[in-house]
Amino acid sequence: MTYTDKQLQMKSVEYRRRILKAIAHAGAGHTGGSLSCVDILNVLYNRVLRVDPANPTDPTRDRYIQSKGHSVEALFVVLADRGFYDQSLLETLCQYRSHFVGHPTRKVPGVEFNTGALGHGLSLGVGCALASKKDLADFRTYVLLGDGELAEGSNWEAAMSAAHYRLDNLIAIVDHNTLQITGRTRDVCSNEPLDEKWQAFGWEVRTIDGHCIAQITEALTRPSKGSPVCIIANTRKGKGVSFMEDVGKWHHGVPTDKELQMALQELDLAFAELESGVN
Amino acid sequence: MSAPAPSMFSPQASEMAKSLGLKPGKANLEQFADTLTLLARKDRRILAVTSDSRGSGKLGPYGQELPDQIVEVGIAEQNLVGVAAGLASCGKKVFAVSPACFLATRALEQIKNDVCYSDMPVALIGISAGVSYGALGTTHHSLHDFAALRAINNLSILAPGDNAESRLAIEYAARSEHPVYVRFGKAPLYDLPASESLQVGQARVLRNGSDLAFIATGETVIHALLAAEHLAVFHQIQTRVISLHTLRPLDSESILQAARQCRAVITVEEHMVHGGLGEAVAGLVLQSGLKPRFRIVGIPDEYTVTGAQADIFRHYGISMEGLSQTARQLLA
Repeated sequence: MTYTDKQLQMKSVEYRRRILKAIAHAGAGHTGGSLSCVDILNVLYNRVLRVDPANPTDPTRDRYIQSKGHSVEALFVVLADRGFYDQSLLETLCQYRSHFVGHPTRKVPGVEFNTGALGHGLSLGVGCALASKKDLADFRTYVLLGDGELAEGSNWEAAMSAAHYRLDNLIAIVDHNTLQITGRTRDVCSNEPLDEKWQAFGWEVRTIDGHCIAQITEALTRPSKGSPVCIIANTRKGKGVSFMEDVGKWHHGVPTDKELQMALQELDLAFAELESGVN
Repeated sequence: MSAPAPSMFSPQASEMAKSLGLKPGKANLEQFADTLTLLARKDRRILAVTSDSRGSGKLGPYGQELPDQIVEVGIAEQNLVGVAAGLASCGKKVFAVSPACFLATRALEQIKNDVCYSDMPVALIGISAGVSYGALGTTHHSLHDFAALRAINNLSILAPGDNAESRLAIEYAARSEHPVYVRFGKAPLYDLPASESLQVGQARVLRNGSDLAFIATGETVIHALLAAEHLAVFHQIQTRVISLHTLRPLDSESILQAARQCRAVITVEEHMVHGGLGEAVAGLVLQSGLKPRFRIVGIPDEYTVTGAQADIFRHYGISMEGLSQTARQLLA
């Protein structure tokens, strides 16, 4: 199905509502990061990735690897919406014997790898992209990284090897929300300037507004010039809910009933504005 | 050029091997490379992934003959294992080859999550395991790999004792749809006596006896076998020798049979005495209610003595003479 930018914007609002409800219901989750990356997942799954919910292990599928596994609620919500499984299963998030644990697992249809320990996804992506090259296949591999996650040295091992093998079928996306559990990434262990680092490692860098559907789409679909591509998506943690936006405590804060209602009201309003064409 | 390595066998042990009709084999590491080359010629899905380790892994000729079936990632073991898992997820049959000392701990989290938890059919090949790198020192010893990896779910663990067991391990790893770890040494040893049945997960009983059982793994098995002959010839002690090439799945039946039928059990391994074969066997035997006299021979919990592999083996009693003496003390 083809969506307009506005339809995808409305989907993003709906995803945010579902993420918050799922986290509140579970009493656990990574709220801030899920809200910061959900526009990226929205565009990936509804506009870019070649995946088939009816055949989630099709060898020709594009690969999406969520290295920042803690933002799993965004992934679970988007996969459900794409039809990989029923939305009602999200009610089992973090419950006894549920496959929907607090980080991605392959027991959930559509999930490629069990991630959550940071600094693993890019190496996995290099392996997938290399396999695609070796088999002369045309599937592409997308890896979502957190900006705090980039302190893990294994990312840079993977970045070096991706450039060495000129993996122009590999796209890394950094959810650059500038916050991690302890505070501002620049204060915890600064990784700036991010763009120059990736360029120095041999990657083509595209810096975008990570909440702008058009910019995300353009950055994800523009062909590479022969190197791996890193999209630095400038985002805001907790995006979409005024009292959560850019506030560190919402890294894994769980809304109370009252906070959930306040957040949903804001999102309902945003949805209504989109529907009525005000925005 | 380094000095030639001291022999793994004393003159008396070499004589004993000759009297048993044992034939010298090649290094298990070479057997690994030869077997992998044969398999890879027939199966284009097979890939060796190396971390600047193709020379150490004896894969130079493999790389020259099958350049499309080797992937080099440089000195980066974490990336090695992650890339291997990614390739495996796309249908490749991947052998991730790196010195055991680095592979088993530098990349431990990748092994745990990307390979075992994600259930990717990667063969992790720990080369020059144990104290094979001898005089290079503790940074290059892997005396912790069994302990670290036994604590991780969904991983077969193999330590072949001779060329036949090495071939078995690699053929198994190539067939397996789940993660496998195999560790190889690089010293040329004797081939063990042929067995009727050679299967992963099934211990090889190389010799029967009911006074004592040696349960040994990897490059220590030959020393246990020679010690058994030494005990028979000079001390009239009849010793069972079990080559336990598979640490997981553990052949419980063979181990418990030995514990039931022999007065004493000695385990032998090229590994720290904590967390390896000895404690695996001890746990099994104790929980079965059996109480044979029991001793774990391995590398003790101390700064490992310096020297070549042969020096270290001798120092800690992993030799015909040392094991014979330990056995007599235990039975006394």
